Amino acid sequence: MGRVEGKVAFITGAARGQGRSHAVRLAEEGASIIAVDICHDVDLIAMPLATREDLEETVREVEAIGGRIVAREADVRDSAQLEAALADGIAAFGPPDIVVTSAGVVPFVPFPTMSEATWRTTIDVNLTGVYRTVKAALPSMVEAGKGGSIVFISSGIVFRGGGLVVDYASSKAGVVGLMRSLALELGPHGIRVNTIFPTNVLTKMLDNEVFGAVVSNAVNEGRPFESREQRVEAMRGMLAARNMIPLGWIEPKDISEGVLFLASDEARYITSESLRIDLGFGGK
Amino acid sequence: MGRVEGKVAFITGAARGQGRSHAVKLASEGADIIALDICEDLPFAHSPHATPEDLQETVRLVEAAGGRIVARKADVRKRDEVDAVIAEGLEAFGKIDVVIANAAAIQYKNVFDLSVEDFEATLDVNLHGVFNTVQTPVRHMIERNEGGSIILISSGIAYKATPAPDYSAAKTALITFARALANELGPNRIRVNTIEPGYVLSPANDNPKYAERTARLLGREPFATPEEHREALWEQLKPRNMLPVGWVEPEAISNAILWLASDESRYVTSEELKVDAGFADK
Amino acid sequence: MGRVEGKVAFITGAARGQGRSHAVRLAEEGASIVAVDVCHDIDEIAMPLATREDLEQTVREVEAVGGRIIAREADVCDLAQLEAAVAEGVAAFGPIDVVVANAGVAAYKDFPSLSEATWRKTIDVNLTGVYRTVKAALPSMVAAGKGGSIILISSGSVFRGGGLLTDYATSKNGVVGLMRSLALELGPHWIRVNSIMPSTVLTKIVDNEVFATVVSNAMNNGQPFETREQRLEAMNAMIASRHMIPRGWVDTRDISEGVLFLASDDAKYITSESLRIDLGFAGK
Repeated sequence: MGRVEGKVAFITGAARGQGRSHAVRLAEEGASIIAVDICHDVDLIAMPLATREDLEETVREVEAIGGRIVAREADVRDSAQLEAALADGIAAFGPPDIVVTSAGVVPFVPFPTMSEATWRTTIDVNLTGVYRTVKAALPSMVEAGKGGSIVFISSGIVFRGGGLVVDYASSKAGVVGLMRSLALELGPHGIRVNTIFPTNVLTKMLDNEVFGAVVSNAVNEGRPFESREQRVEAMRGMLAARNMIPLGWIEPKDISEGVLFLASDEARYITSESLRIDLGFGGK
Repeated sequence: MGRVEGKVAFITGAARGQGRSHAVKLASEGADIIALDICEDLPFAHSPHATPEDLQETVRLVEAAGGRIVARKADVRKRDEVDAVIAEGLEAFGKIDVVIANAAAIQYKNVFDLSVEDFEATLDVNLHGVFNTVQTPVRHMIERNEGGSIILISSGIAYKATPAPDYSAAKTALITFARALANELGPNRIRVNTIEPGYVLSPANDNPKYAERTARLLGREPFATPEEHREALWEQLKPRNMLPVGWVEPEAISNAILWLASDESRYVTSEELKVDAGFADK
Repeated sequence: MGRVEGKVAFITGAARGQGRSHAVRLAEEGASIVAVDVCHDIDEIAMPLATREDLEQTVREVEAVGGRIIAREADVCDLAQLEAAVAEGVAAFGPIDVVVANAGVAAYKDFPSLSEATWRKTIDVNLTGVYRTVKAALPSMVAAGKGGSIILISSGSVFRGGGLLTDYATSKNGVVGLMRSLALELGPHWIRVNSIMPSTVLTKIVDNEVFATVVSNAMNNGQPFETREQRLEAMNAMIASRHMIPRGWVDTRDISEGVLFLASDDAKYITSESLRIDLGFAGK
């Protein structure tokens, strides 16, 4: 029997990267998946976001391991879209037991030149979007009366700032405050709320030209790299130096193990906790 | 009127460096001082400790700043020695309002070199020594019922890993020691806080033995002068901080202590106050 | 295949309570166990500690789930005793992969009347004892070159002090500082070091006559309780209100699930982290 056998998991940002990995891992352990993603780029956020094809690939991977999944396009900045997607999922599988907020964006802009619009967008996706996700799922969870597990994906950056991420880091720290407050209120309902702090994961959020420019400014005197391989190698060196375990990044599945643990009944008394999965970054 | 006018402060490790700075700062703001220091080297500590002459100089500076002082040679690991100094101080000044647990020792050994005996030796000064420093004054403060301010000197390495298991354990433990005391003694209006200094340049590191260590770590020839050592140290340490400095001066820590000792911070308790040029969060 | 299949786990304080639970849980998931406990009372600590019979019971329970175990009497205040036990374990099962530094005592004295001898003893068992445990296991771990997982049992009391726990809570945060430093140094060896912060766990460290006095003073005007059931009910009422999930304590298996997670390769990139398993205590 899987470790989340028979549970229903609602996952945002599920079209690729971490979100897809969480969907597959939870499905492997017996959960049915309600997956959403915006599936298009966002103005003011330079990095490319997921596509409809990405979301379809997540569906294929979940079904390939025998899981059930309902996937919908939804923008976490829009409650109506989230609620509509969730309603479809509830009709198919029943109310959610697990919520994983994986949707997130990072513009990589220095603070003095950051526009208010960019700031507001980052907060709206990464923080308010998390709140909207919870608000969408909560009524059915509370009504079902079975308790549940909400897992926020924050970021190790909240500990060390990291430059060019003032908005991102602030939004991710805000998620921690949100977690603490929700955990207090929802404890009596048996709904646990926890946060994971990943360190860098090599997904499209870092493996793109925007962050590539950040790396070349840091370690290559601003000169662009000749190939993606060079860029990735330079990035590895730059990031590994900040970790206790000498690696530059981890895989999405390493975060998924933490999500799985917190989602399962093995963690039935863990709430308002933050779990760093970060090669020791936050401690160094 | 000074910011700690009429208060009496008990300070350990007061013969030089940070401890001396705190004594002089508080005296210049109207406090009387009860001071102790081991005034001799510790065999396991990396650098030499203070001397009796150092403690005499602290006395001279405190009196020049307008303060009265009782200063004695005493080892914080020995409760009876600590209590004897406190008793003399109470005899002279009648009360204790402020305690600054500053006496410390450091070995700079990593886990593979640090024996269990070494570990225990560090704890003996930095943790058990703090227990001995605060307990008798706490009992006095409870009886006197006028509250008080206790300040434990922890360290920025409580937030940032360092290859020194003994020192890390002791300095991090102090944060909870302060929190626990703050919880228990709050009803007695005794406030308990920690300060987490970043790197402070003082005789504890501004000395030839430490300069040897710096040269070794940097893989270079020994330094010809203390000035050369300081310059290299500054450049080595600066990148670790948010502010463009290699270290902070003892007086920077004293300023924070003055605020925590005074009534200006009367509602601040169980606080961790970093004075570290942004070391911990970089 | 179990989640710690083939691993060798060194566990202190294994004769009863949490330690026994960790031994059984890890054995259930395929680990061989090297178990130690002091197996006698300590002068400066009023509460009764484990006995040789307790340790024998742990052996029985581990073997009942099909596990292999070597159990020895050893005091964490004595490095030579720990090293002897480790040597026997390594000879039987191979190098240590997992260390669970679980042995601990609590004196329950208010600070003004806490004797220096009791303070020193608490620190010696709970903090220096942890250092000795690591020092005993480390040589074989480093020589084997396979990495490993060191789990230090700290306490939720580090956040709140908890009255009558000054020495205990202080020692437990010392463990956190030790963890951080060791994680930094041992990261390059792929040895991960983490801590767990339980809230109250219902074991003999609280289920004893010494703590009973604490409870009766707090909840019964100093009157002793007529039965253990009454005492536990009062204790539950006393503690539950400090938690987000309205329960007085967690069970030993809840801590063991956290130990298992951190011991397993599911957590292979988690280091210098503290995992609260505490019903939301520290967040409230």
